[in-house]
Amino acid sequence: MLSKEEIKFEKITAKNLPRESLISPGHRACQGCGEILAMGMVMKAAGPNTIVANATGCMEIVTSPFPETAWRVPWLHVAFENTAAVASGIEAAIQMLYKKQKIKEKPNIIAFAGDGATADIGLQSLSGALERGHNFLYVCLDNEAYMNTGIQRSSSTPYGAMTTTSPPGKKSIGQCTWKKNVAMIAAAHNIPYVATASPGYHLDLMNKVRKALAVDGPAYIQIFSPCPTGWRSKPEQSITLAKLAVQTGVFPLFEVEYGRFKITQKTKELKPVKEYLQLQRRFRHLGEDDIAYIQERVKAEFERLKALASLDA
Amino acid sequence: MQYPAWEDLELGAAITTPGNASNLKTGDWRSSVPVLDEDKCVKCGLCAVYCPEFCIAEDEEGFYRPDLYYCKGCGICAVECPKEAIKMQREGE
Repeated sequence: MLSKEEIKFEKITAKNLPRESLISPGHRACQGCGEILAMGMVMKAAGPNTIVANATGCMEIVTSPFPETAWRVPWLHVAFENTAAVASGIEAAIQMLYKKQKIKEKPNIIAFAGDGATADIGLQSLSGALERGHNFLYVCLDNEAYMNTGIQRSSSTPYGAMTTTSPPGKKSIGQCTWKKNVAMIAAAHNIPYVATASPGYHLDLMNKVRKALAVDGPAYIQIFSPCPTGWRSKPEQSITLAKLAVQTGVFPLFEVEYGRFKITQKTKELKPVKEYLQLQRRFRHLGEDDIAYIQERVKAEFERLKALASLDA
Repeated sequence: MQYPAWEDLELGAAITTPGNASNLKTGDWRSSVPVLDEDKCVKCGLCAVYCPEFCIAEDEEGFYRPDLYYCKGCGICAVECPKEAIKMQREGE
C-alpha cells in the first residue's frame, strides 16, 4: 500500500500533554515497571473513548485481580492466542452499531499483548486481523520474555539473555537465537501504519499512538518495555534503559507509514551496546567476544534500516 | 476484603466499578521515599510523565508531588529529574 498520503492527527507536544490517567493507581505492577508505564502513555494518548482487549500476561494480572480493576475504560481479558481476533470482533460489532445508528461516534479499539502473546502464541490471529484490514490498533508491549510466569524465553528474547529456560553455562550462552522482528512482519502485511516506540521518548510514543488511531485500517506498534524483575536491573533505571536501547540501536525507533520507512530517533550515531548490556544482570555472563558479536549484528541491522528509510526519502 | 457471593456477580463476572483498584494501598511496598527540593524544582512535570504508578499530580503551587498512599518508591522520578531536585530517602529517616 505505497502512497504519498500524510496522516492527519492531533499532535501532542509538551504543552498539551494529556495528564488524565485511564489506569488507576493501586495496580499491582512491580516497582519501576516500564510496561505499565508504556501502557499508561498509550491510554493517555488514546483518551477515554476507547475499548481495550488485553491478552493474558503481566498487564492483565496486575490490573485486574477480581473483584478489582485498575481500568477506567471498557476492558476485556482474552486468552493469549486470540487478542487480535477479539479486537476484530469488537470492530465488526462497532461498525454494525454505527451503521444502524445506535452509536453516534466510533470508539478507538486497542489490543494490548505482551511479546509472548504477539511473537509466539498470538501471531496467527494477529496476521489474520491485519490481513482482513480491521480498523484497530495492536500494541505489543515487548519485555522480551514471559515475565508473568517467571521469566521463560520467548521468540522475542534477545541473543545472549539469561532466562529460566535459557540458562547460561559452560555449554550455553543463554538465549541462542536472535530476537524475532515482529514489527517487520507486521510491515510485510502492507498495513497503513507500523511503528516501534519506547517509553523513554514519551512524546514520540504518544504521537505514534495518535497517528495509528487516525489511520483507517489496522496499525501495529511495538513498544520496548523494561522489566526490572526479569532483566535483573535496578527499578530506577527503567527509563535509562528504555533510552539506552534506542541510543545503542538495540531497539531502533522507526515507523512505516503507507509502506514508507522512516527512522524517527534523533541519535543516528549509535552508542556502544556495552553501555546498555552492562546495566542488566541477564547479560552479565557475556564476555568481550560475545558483546562484539552482538555489536556487529546491531550495527548491520541499523544499516539495513537506514537503507530502507533512504528508499523513499 | 469482602468477596461477592455468586448471586451478586454480574453477567460474565464483569466488574462494574471502574478503577476500584485505587482502594489498594501500594504505598506500604515502599522502602525509600522521594523528597522534593522546592528550590531546585522548575515544575517541568517530567516526574509525573515517567511515574509508573500514575500517582504524581500538580498541587496548588504548581509543584508535582507523589501521592504516598500509592508511591512504591521505585526511584524513577529521582533519576529522571533534569534538575536533580528529587532525592530518595530511606523510609522513616
